[in-house]
Formats: sequence, structure tokens, C-alpha cells
Amino acid sequence: MAITERRWNWHLWAGFLLCLAGFASFPLLARFPVTRDVPWVNFLLFGAGLALLLVGLRRAFGQPAQYRGKIAGSILGTLSLLVLGAFCFIVFYQTRQLPASSGAPRIGQTAPEFVLPDTDNHPVSLSALLSSPLSQTRTSPKGVLLVFYRGYW
Amino acid sequence: MRPVAISVDAPEVSRDLCRKAGYTYTFLSDPKAEVIRRYDLLHAGAGMNGQDIARPAEFLLDASGVVRWANLTEDYRVRARPEQMIEAAKALP
Repeated sequence: MAITERRWNWHLWAGFLLCLAGFASFPLLARFPVTRDVPWVNFLLFGAGLALLLVGLRRAFGQPAQYRGKIAGSILGTLSLLVLGAFCFIVFYQTRQLPASSGAPRIGQTAPEFVLPDTDNHPVSLSALLSSPLSQTRTSPKGVLLVFYRGYW
Repeated sequence: MRPVAISVDAPEVSRDLCRKAGYTYTFLSDPKAEVIRRYDLLHAGAGMNGQDIARPAEFLLDASGVVRWANLTEDYRVRARPEQMIEAAKALP
């Protein structure tokens, strides 16, 4: 039998790159609620990446005469699983580490009064927000929606 | 219904955000997290550089200041959607 050059096992590298993309695309996809609340696009990328890695590994170990990648495949496969593990840690654990906020105002309770500066540094009170007229209708609002957010930094 | 956004960001930072994003509603600054604490919404050390910041939370108050609807998320990636808040506001007297 003639000695043939073993072929490049591109599935391994493509699979690894897809897993990296699954992780790295999160900051971008997290800007849209449809891909943030459930990060399905990221998991799709991880799924495709791991499937390619599996094909590559089967070739490397099943047909070692034709394909390279036993060592590279093992390393890339392990790294991909680590990247997926880190991603799962962030989206299933880290972002859920929130204070209990058991003392937050409940439905039926009156929201505590406050005075805070607006973007022009003018002090604004909650009672003024509740009573001062809206610019569009020139009537006082039916209600106030307080949105506390983490900050733009 | 009047939307009001509150965070620890300085007025200048919020002004910058409003200008860039085109927000026209009220943004209030609570740099020392005094009101955030009063509302028990402090997330200690969770800021980019370990600052104390607010955890995400939304409250809909009626004209007398009583809470009619509230959303305290369990995962800070998942916040109330605009449609949810508009739907809640429709039920205001």
C-alpha cells in the first residue's frame, strides 16, 4: 500500500471556531431582547460547533490513516467544552446572582418619596413626577413608571 | 404614563446616553445609591469597577404613588419588555 498524505481535518478547526463565535457573539446579541432573554443563537453556534468537532474526532480516531487531528482534536474539543461551560456559568449562574430585595415596594404599597437630580442637575421629586403635567397632553400623568437600571458606566 | 429611569450614573453620563440613544424621558441620578437603598434595590459591588449599583427593577405607580405593577427580575439579562410595561399601564385608572 502506498503511503498517502493524511488529510487536514478541517471539521475540528471549524467546530472550534464556531464554539468561540458562540461565546464571543454574546455581547453583541445581548443588545437585543430576542437573543438576550434566551441566548438561543449562541447555543445554536455551540451546537453546530460541537457537531463539527464530533465529526472531526470520529475521522481522526476512526480513520487515522486518512485524517490527521488526534491530538489537535482532543485539545480543541476540550477547549470548546470549557468555553461552553464558561458560557453556561455566565448565563445560568452569574447573571442570576441578584439581591433578594425583600424590602422593595410591593403592589399596593406607596412608593417612598425621593428627590434626585435630572440630566440638567435640577432636583426632581417623586411627588412632582406624579403631579406635574405631561408636555404632550398638558394633563398630569395617569401614573409613573420607575425603571431602575444598572447603569451605562 | 410617565417613564422615569434611575441609576447611579452621574447626570452628565445620563445626558450623554440620552443624546446618543435619543431618549426623551426623565433620567435621574442617584450616585450615592441613597434612593436605590431606600427601595432595597442595591446590588453591592456589581458595577464594572466594583461600584454599588442598582439591580434592574421596574415599578408602575398610579397617580397617587401606589405601586400597581412591579417586576423584580431573577436574572439581570432579562428585563421587563416595553410591551409588558405598556400593557400594565393600560390598566391604570
